[in-house]
Amino acid sequence: MRDFAYPLARHPADAVAALSEPETMAIAGGTEILNWMRLGISAPAKVVDVGRLPAFNSIEKRGQDIVIGAGATLNEVGEHALVRQHATVLAEACLKAASAQVRNRATLGGNVLQKTRCPYFRSEARLPWGCNKREPGSGCAARHGLNERHAILGWTDECVATQPSDPAVALACLDARVELLGAGGRRMMAMTDLHLTQAEAASGGTDPARTETRLAADELITAYHIPLRTSERSAYVKVRERESYEYALVSAAAAVELENGVIRAARLALGSVAQKPWRLRSAEAALNGQPLTREAVLPHIRAALNEARALDHNAYKIEMAAKAAMRALLAAGGAA
Amino acid sequence: MAQTATQLDFMLNGERRELTIEPRVTLLDLLRERLSLTGAKKGCNEGACGACTVLIDGKRVNACLVLGVQCVGREVVTIEGIASPGGALHPVQQAFIDNDAFQCGYCTPGQVISAVACIREGHATDEASVREWMSGNICRCSAYPQITAAVLDARQRMERS
Repeated sequence: MRDFAYPLARHPADAVAALSEPETMAIAGGTEILNWMRLGISAPAKVVDVGRLPAFNSIEKRGQDIVIGAGATLNEVGEHALVRQHATVLAEACLKAASAQVRNRATLGGNVLQKTRCPYFRSEARLPWGCNKREPGSGCAARHGLNERHAILGWTDECVATQPSDPAVALACLDARVELLGAGGRRMMAMTDLHLTQAEAASGGTDPARTETRLAADELITAYHIPLRTSERSAYVKVRERESYEYALVSAAAAVELENGVIRAARLALGSVAQKPWRLRSAEAALNGQPLTREAVLPHIRAALNEARALDHNAYKIEMAAKAAMRALLAAGGAA
Repeated sequence: MAQTATQLDFMLNGERRELTIEPRVTLLDLLRERLSLTGAKKGCNEGACGACTVLIDGKRVNACLVLGVQCVGREVVTIEGIASPGGALHPVQQAFIDNDAFQCGYCTPGQVISAVACIREGHATDEASVREWMSGNICRCSAYPQITAAVLDARQRMERS
């Protein structure tokens, strides 16, 4: 690992000023970037510690929002009473992520910026195969390789990676907004706009395989704002090969408002199917007015997945995603 | 040492330690290579096995995923620091012995530290909860039933004492 300078940010402005300099990264929990540096995915000259910014881990009700500081750890978010009551899906997603130890370090700000678990990507430099994220133009070994855990939506021939964050899926389902601070000031962005699919990145500019979010290089995620909807219930379903401490094959977040067993409003987001949390917006619209039963909801969810395109080894994910979304919706509504 | 060398002033197993380290040195390498505390093990060095679990300000973390310099002003406790000063084992250590909760023993320091925190957090309520909240500690000898029993046993002993 290359050595680096280590300034400690006392104020958000210090962090943003440091991030404006070349070859600089932010560290909070460090559970991701230490591994990036060990593998040669990143080799920064300077690592600015944002883990001790004042009130960076606060969780509070502010107006009609729950506002969660980006420095809150996954355990702090997952065990917070306000989150458990009003953003249940986020609490569940946080506590189903990683392990108790990792969750004591990993922050909600860093977690959504984690990189793909693609084994061709996550290997020690230099790679004996192509990976456009690691070496632009070198190809994608997963495109026709071992791709049973890769994307079914939004991928391109240049990259078929998925975004593995659990909390990101819950935040997208909850219509959360991300608060960003950069040299140009503060701005808000819909959680569903933060990440880019490979197809979106390709239409947007240069180096598409390595462009995974709309975050500018000098920007820091400072908080998440989640609208408080007291008539709504939510739940998270994570399907994985090991019951705990394992990444998802697919996951699903659901939020629903019911009236006499009939859906008044529903929102669904899938995880580990694309390089971004995947909202099933056409299903959300179609579910309005449907009874909350397996038979009534599943056809609408399946229809919303008609655009999915399987790779050589991951066709199973399409049906698994539909069933996970259905289970999450039923669990959210108390019908599971 | 490189120009980036940074002062680290922290508490380790109840003693104040002051040293100079490179920022890239992880807490795990600092403990094992500089301070000769080899109880925390380097199993995977990527946060996947839990063998390097230590406490920072009472919370369990993977020492391989923390930079040493991030511990400035913090209190770090390793497996070497949990027995009583007189030498009596911690109740969790004794419960691991009494319940035969290890075979090769490589994961045990991490398991014990993790269990101390798991009990303190209030997650050692029943078998299912222990299995979920101890899932960050892998045991390749697969002593999981005995480990689960030891954690529950230790919690009961600690409640009694």
